[in-house]
Amino acid sequence: MADTLLPVANPVVGTGDSARRRASLGVALICVALLAAVPFAASALGDTFYVRVVTRMMIFAIMAISLDLVLGFGGMVCFGHAMFVGAAAYVVGIFVFHASSGEPLTIAGVAFQGSTNALVIWPVAIATSALLALVFGAIALRTSGLYFIMITLAFAQMLYFVAASASGYGGIDGLTLDKAPTLGPLDTGDRQQFYWVVLAALAAAYLLCRRIVESRFGLVLRASRSNPTRLSAVGVSPYRYRLAAFVIAGALAGLAGVLLASSQSFVSPADMSWSRSGELIVMVVLGGMATLYGPIFGAFFYLAAEFALGHLTEHWQLVMGPLVIVVVLFGKGGLAGLWSAVRRGETP
Amino acid sequence: MAPTLFFEQMLNGLQLGMMLFLMASGLTLVVGIMNFVNLAHGSLYMIGAFLAVTVLMQTGNHLLALGAGIVGTALVGLLIEWFIAQPLYGRDHLDQVLCTFGIILFLNELARVIWGSAPLRMDVPEWLDGSVDLAGIAYPVYRLAIIVVSALVALGLHLVITRTRLGMLIRAGAADRLMIVGLGVNIQFLYALVFAAGAALAALAGILAAPIYTVQTGMGDHILILTLVVIVIGGIGSVHGALAASLLVGVIDTIGRVTLPAGFGNILIYVPMAMILFWRPRGLFPSHG
Amino acid sequence: MSRSLLQVQGLVKTFGGIKATDDLHLDIKEGELHALIGPNGAGKTTLIAQLAGMLEPTSGRILFDGEDVTRLDCVQRVRRGIARSFQITSLWPTLSLVENVVIALQARTEGHAFRFWERARDVASLRDPALQLLERVGLRAKAHRPTQTLSHGEQRQLELAVTLGTGPRLLLLDEPMAGMGIEDSQRMVTLLRELRAHYTILLIEHDMDAVFSLADRISVLVYGHCVATGTPDAIRTDAQVRAAYLGEEV
Repeated sequence: MADTLLPVANPVVGTGDSARRRASLGVALICVALLAAVPFAASALGDTFYVRVVTRMMIFAIMAISLDLVLGFGGMVCFGHAMFVGAAAYVVGIFVFHASSGEPLTIAGVAFQGSTNALVIWPVAIATSALLALVFGAIALRTSGLYFIMITLAFAQMLYFVAASASGYGGIDGLTLDKAPTLGPLDTGDRQQFYWVVLAALAAAYLLCRRIVESRFGLVLRASRSNPTRLSAVGVSPYRYRLAAFVIAGALAGLAGVLLASSQSFVSPADMSWSRSGELIVMVVLGGMATLYGPIFGAFFYLAAEFALGHLTEHWQLVMGPLVIVVVLFGKGGLAGLWSAVRRGETP
Repeated sequence: MAPTLFFEQMLNGLQLGMMLFLMASGLTLVVGIMNFVNLAHGSLYMIGAFLAVTVLMQTGNHLLALGAGIVGTALVGLLIEWFIAQPLYGRDHLDQVLCTFGIILFLNELARVIWGSAPLRMDVPEWLDGSVDLAGIAYPVYRLAIIVVSALVALGLHLVITRTRLGMLIRAGAADRLMIVGLGVNIQFLYALVFAAGAALAALAGILAAPIYTVQTGMGDHILILTLVVIVIGGIGSVHGALAASLLVGVIDTIGRVTLPAGFGNILIYVPMAMILFWRPRGLFPSHG
Repeated sequence: MSRSLLQVQGLVKTFGGIKATDDLHLDIKEGELHALIGPNGAGKTTLIAQLAGMLEPTSGRILFDGEDVTRLDCVQRVRRGIARSFQITSLWPTLSLVENVVIALQARTEGHAFRFWERARDVASLRDPALQLLERVGLRAKAHRPTQTLSHGEQRQLELAVTLGTGPRLLLLDEPMAGMGIEDSQRMVTLLRELRAHYTILLIEHDMDAVFSLADRISVLVYGHCVATGTPDAIRTDAQVRAAYLGEEV
């Protein structure tokens, strides 16, 4: 299979090109600075709208990074990644719902009180996503190739239906969060405060994944992508490492999910639909697979395009569909590949 | 559940199963022979229904609508094969998934632009209207017709696949793609033919379904997922596997929806799917060695 | 007389109507370099695949150091000390040479790779042995280059290094010199001669000069069946073998 979607130079090999690394670090700092500037610019202009927009972009960037871990580095084409986002978001929504209504949730005779304390509900939500990833991954990863793609799609659809039929929690119309969870002294309902929380989460997610990918675990994971046969032949079972990566990615997606719930003050089955999963894959591929920073740009670009095109026409998907096709057929390595080519002084 | 209700639901399950078979047989061959993941297969189902309903509204002739829908969709299928599938043969499945996903986005929106968002109704032809008495229940003639038509198509497919040279090439191609290239067959033509046939079958399914489920944008999405479940259970590349799995899925899905509370009915089918894949990760009748 | 390390008893592998391995018997003594020769299509690679645990035999037994390993999978066999190299180079092309060897080493030295924090390239306990192995096969100078930049001959050397990285007792080498030029082949022969002192080796090769100079014993495979086993001299003069395979070559 041709690895045509990987950027040509694998930046993780680390040949010690310190000038290049300094340049990358410089770019990263500039991006962080730009992101940090947004809330200040917004309050200067007296408009929090763009704070909300960028917050959403950053949350999707976390989703994209988590998907890059399994898709770009692990080579697992998971077409149901949004289910881990949605599951966590729904857990948050359910906790808040029961806190607002005052009635506890009873499962098998045990009463769970509602809560708006993020320090309680966020870990539970993320753990839920991780557990789902463990269970679904354990089954799905026994298959490979086409079977894997389809089974992940089917599992995601299953969760979608569960959410859509949960009439107590809004069903297909979704669930509104009446109260914003509090994260210690911080109020996630405050747009400015929440922005910093999300920015911190994005930075942490990126750095964590960067460490994982460069670690011994990451080495084996990348090996399981490019040549799993050889990996078995040297005595390493790809399955265990893929499953671990799947669970880590699921947990990170859960992190994005809890943030999404606060960002939207709303959660619906659409947040875990298979078309949302498809969009996430588009973001990763558009940005550049197996780079970690590429998917961040991919998420920003996709949402910005959706936003801009959406203003031009309500039929923006007429453009987005063919755009995806063109990028896949002709674009090598997505935005990250473009960036590498420019840096090497080549025309892309 | 009362025996007559059970019998009626079994028939409905059979009908859904046969319709799924029309979808699954085409898709399993495309995936098995060309190694091409065509997520846009559900969109072909939708286009068939839209074309048919449009022709019906213009001419009032059901058979003409059926023919136009099938032929028109087969042509769309050829266009997709020529422009999008061909550059992607041999490339990563991921690339194929993304491109066909892009096609879904595009076609769903195109349908909305051309036909609007409101669902369209397609009436059952008068000569298929009404119900017939089957073992004490009144069963709609139309649903019986679906079963019969699909069964005839299944028989036809079986004969083509097992009795003709084309069928032999198809079976060989599903088992080992490189082998048929070595036989000096015009691969281009074979692939285009299989793709168009798959599109035609999907269109037929969509047109047959239209009077029951209404015609609207996105109608192919749900049936696509069920179809994928079917070919995964049945084994990619195996038409016989697709038949067995279609009937299984059709019956389980229908019975589940009727007997279980709302959420569970929809997801019932995924449980046996997970179990079967756990023990047989390549489906019940994998055709690849 | 040394003991048997690997015993193959009545191994059969059928694919549909074709018998790739036909009642094959083989006995590899510990410490020897045992060569396997035979015409193309004799089933040599199929045998290696079954010995390594990548292909399940239809019937028969494989005993390694007295233990019946027939039902064990690939990973379990590597743990016990059986490692194979591939006739068609099978490496991780986008990773560096060191990384390729480290992956093989990791399974043996650490048992698992569930370490998420330290950068792989900073772990001396893996990097240093990997560099030593690369030194041994003559690739130390290119240790940090991506594998895909190597020449074919160098890739075959890396192929061997990765196999050695698993710390095996039995090496199953499938045409290590495939596609190599004269110089590279001679280097490989020298390397194999060194390895002979430390490992038990089952070697498949077509280069007859190399085979006859390296092997302690040779087995001849024809149509999936072993027709003769013996010292190089015995094989050279065996009439049946000459007729079936060697002809006028040797």
